[in-house]
Amino acid sequence: MNLLDPQGPVAAANSTILVDSVFIMLAIVVPTIVAILAFAFWFRASNSRARFQPDFVHSGRIEIVVWSIPALTVILLGGVAWIGAHQLDPAAPVPGTGSPVRIQAVSLDWKWLFIYPDQRIATVNTLTVPAGAELNFQLTSSSVMNTFFIPQLGSMIYTMNGMVTKLNLRADNEGKLQGMSAHFSGDGFPDMLFDVVVISPLSFPDWVASTAKTNAVLNEESYKKLMQQGIEKSRLTFRLDDPRLFDLIATQHIPPGPGPELMSDASRTHSGGDHAR
Amino acid sequence: MLGKLDWSAIPFGQPIPLIAGGVVLVGVLAVLMWVVVKGHLPYLWHEWITSVDHKRIGVMYILLASVMLLRGGSDAIMMRIQQAIAFQSQGYLPPEHYNQIFSAHGTIMIFFVAMPFVIGLMNLVVPLQLGVRDVAFPTLNSVGFWLTATGALLVNLSLVVGEFARTGWLAFPPLSELSYSPGVGVDYYAWSLQISGVGTLVAGINLVTTVLKLRTKGMNYLRMPMFCWTTLASNLLIVAAFPILTATLAMLLLDRYLGFHFFTNEAGGNVMMFMNLIWAWGHPEVYILVLPAFGIFSEVVSTFSGKALFGYRSMVLATMAICVISFMVWLHHFFTMGAGPDVNAIFGIASMIIAVPTGVKIYNWLFTMYGGRIRFATPMLWAVGFMVTFIIGGLTGVLVAVPPADFMLHNSMFLVAHFHNVIIGGVLFGAFAGFEYWFPKAFGFRLDERWGKLAFWFTFSGFYITFVPLYVAGMLGMTRRMQHYDVAEWRPWMIVAAIGMAVLSIGVICQIMQLVVSIRNREALRDRTGDPWDGRSLEWATSSPPPVFNFAFHPDVRGEDAYWDMKVHARKQALEHAVPEYHDIEMPRNSPTGFVCAFFATVMGFALIWHIWWMVILGAIGAFATFVVFAWRDHDEYVIPAAEVAAIDRVNLEERRSLVSMAGAV
Repeated sequence: MNLLDPQGPVAAANSTILVDSVFIMLAIVVPTIVAILAFAFWFRASNSRARFQPDFVHSGRIEIVVWSIPALTVILLGGVAWIGAHQLDPAAPVPGTGSPVRIQAVSLDWKWLFIYPDQRIATVNTLTVPAGAELNFQLTSSSVMNTFFIPQLGSMIYTMNGMVTKLNLRADNEGKLQGMSAHFSGDGFPDMLFDVVVISPLSFPDWVASTAKTNAVLNEESYKKLMQQGIEKSRLTFRLDDPRLFDLIATQHIPPGPGPELMSDASRTHSGGDHAR
Repeated sequence: MLGKLDWSAIPFGQPIPLIAGGVVLVGVLAVLMWVVVKGHLPYLWHEWITSVDHKRIGVMYILLASVMLLRGGSDAIMMRIQQAIAFQSQGYLPPEHYNQIFSAHGTIMIFFVAMPFVIGLMNLVVPLQLGVRDVAFPTLNSVGFWLTATGALLVNLSLVVGEFARTGWLAFPPLSELSYSPGVGVDYYAWSLQISGVGTLVAGINLVTTVLKLRTKGMNYLRMPMFCWTTLASNLLIVAAFPILTATLAMLLLDRYLGFHFFTNEAGGNVMMFMNLIWAWGHPEVYILVLPAFGIFSEVVSTFSGKALFGYRSMVLATMAICVISFMVWLHHFFTMGAGPDVNAIFGIASMIIAVPTGVKIYNWLFTMYGGRIRFATPMLWAVGFMVTFIIGGLTGVLVAVPPADFMLHNSMFLVAHFHNVIIGGVLFGAFAGFEYWFPKAFGFRLDERWGKLAFWFTFSGFYITFVPLYVAGMLGMTRRMQHYDVAEWRPWMIVAAIGMAVLSIGVICQIMQLVVSIRNREALRDRTGDPWDGRSLEWATSSPPPVFNFAFHPDVRGEDAYWDMKVHARKQALEHAVPEYHDIEMPRNSPTGFVCAFFATVMGFALIWHIWWMVILGAIGAFATFVVFAWRDHDEYVIPAAEVAAIDRVNLEERRSLVSMAGAV
């Protein structure tokens, strides 16, 4: 999950900015640290060769320099921030080959639901995408806040109930990546990991077709069952009944997840044991 | 009768909190027994609990912070052990317990360690540095302290009665709303902070007024020691920011208690509002903590370099610039909310701008050392350790202010490492430096240098061994608050961090040993001069510990570094021998108002948490009655006769003259 091993253009640009910023700052930070240690060592009281200058307490020239160095650095980095924030805005398009894939992600109490409205399928805790295509994410939450994050693809974004956030990504290489929630959301939070399977654009239609053959159907009813608190270890797949399901969730036509009170003990698949509190 | 409270609130099934709580309870009872049996109770009551002396209150603040540091530190140890072993397993802490621990750790370390530590130091030192006899509102000062103690008590009570919040230290809704956190944990969190928040606000008002209105003759603003300036800036921030916290938590409590919908999912509640409000307090809070630390380092670096502070006016400007800009950057805590590129970029750049005055401060300390004669006593070690560490924390801070970098690092272990880097490397190192530096002033004897230096080296190296691995883990994609994880590449770093935590703990043990050893050898370490470090500001002009009235005469200040000036003067004039004419001094009377008020606040807070309504009314009436009784007081001052002042002051003068003549002879 190394951030410096990006697998898509967004992560690559993010990590380039990250590394560049560090080097820009190191250029003044390293000399400053060296100067601190050197001054502290040289002007130690026991060093008789150091010149004692008790009246050296003001110098206009030095003042100008010490205000300028950080100011110039910040002007430079501010430029990086301004340009970077605009170019890498999560909502900005990320051109790719082939037609873009629309994905609607919903964070549930302690699992991720990915809806492919155009393909009319949905998956839980597995995100399968074609390499090289633009991925348009719309995201919301069924209950509490979470953050959608695939470290090697870049930019994370919040999911919030009653709101839709947007994120565009692209995965360049086939393979398996790891996604997660990066915002604490309760007891099952550490299990909100999901697999990101990047497959070739040619085999993506096949995957869609085979997934669509599943018997399980995602509609309002099965969604409500799914949003009960609990951890989902198996990788569920669904046929999507109503392509507007995401909108119903995001506009709260389907009420938010119930939290712990309405939950029956049996539905709790927690491995942490009995929490009778 | 008892609201939601019943026997199920006591965690009989959970050995860790039960044993920890039991041990603490036995410890507290043992100390209380000892106090009563030995007959120290009247002394404690008259000299400490009801004291309105700013020095005593300052010491009590620091004592509270130190005890809570041990509690918050235990939480940290438990978390590091959990993350070291919870690889592909559940570790030894189930999630609902682990989640309480990191929530309590953050809450305690910020509100009940860092805050009381810096407020304690400000209380202890600022009136002395300003050359005055007390703070502006002495009784209010005592109320502020005891309300902070109430908050700390309630947080610790949650260990054995009920539970603490499982939501993180800022209790973000909707997770912290009733529907997702039905237990009493969030209520413990919110009421503790509401009550201690009032205490903090009161302390802030008091210190702002003290700096603005109570300065000795000749102490104009541009002659104040740097610590007074940072105190002013920090307390202005408290006065401006803490009401936001109070209002935000009040809204959350209205949601939880009366079915309001400020931040709920339903009925138009908005979590983004909470995020904005809590960080509109939360970001200034960071500077509330670190500005006093900057002040401490300014005093320490200047004193131990034997020079006045370099670029004093520049430092004042930088301090006030930080004070103002810190209110304009809160959004950088949630770049990942999707606010859009303009908003993100503007707040990113605003955040970077704070690095300019902060950088200036570093350079001014650097040039204060230049041409100095640096004595590496323990406070100076902390100062140099701080400068190096804080620059690194600053670097990573500016890094996460760049929105695209933050899109990768937000909420990660990298971020955790960053804010520990600035809070430990800045605030805690500053608190320790201040503790070592002003301890002789408060108690009249120095601290043992050998243990102090050991404590520094263990804490300094322990810090790096703990937090560099967390930076690395963040770069490997690890997010914070993971009760367990399955990613193998994170594991080694978690183990190293746990080892670092052990080294840090040794540092804390050395700190305790230093105190024990110093108290035992206090006669050998006695400071009779009142000026053990060859200091420069007015706190060193009086005896150690200072008499209750601080100064027999209001000092006459003629420049920066007032006391240094006087010493140079006295040497030149080969000492004045004129016997001064003493006057009666009026000092504020001790008052149990603070303690009694806090007692009722504790009752009320506990009752509110458990929905015991009759007890809420009882507590509220009690607290209000205490206030009314205090407001109706007839005499709030007593007089120290001139003869007594003279007797106390002569001893001080004798010691001081012998010191100056000795220095003159050298």
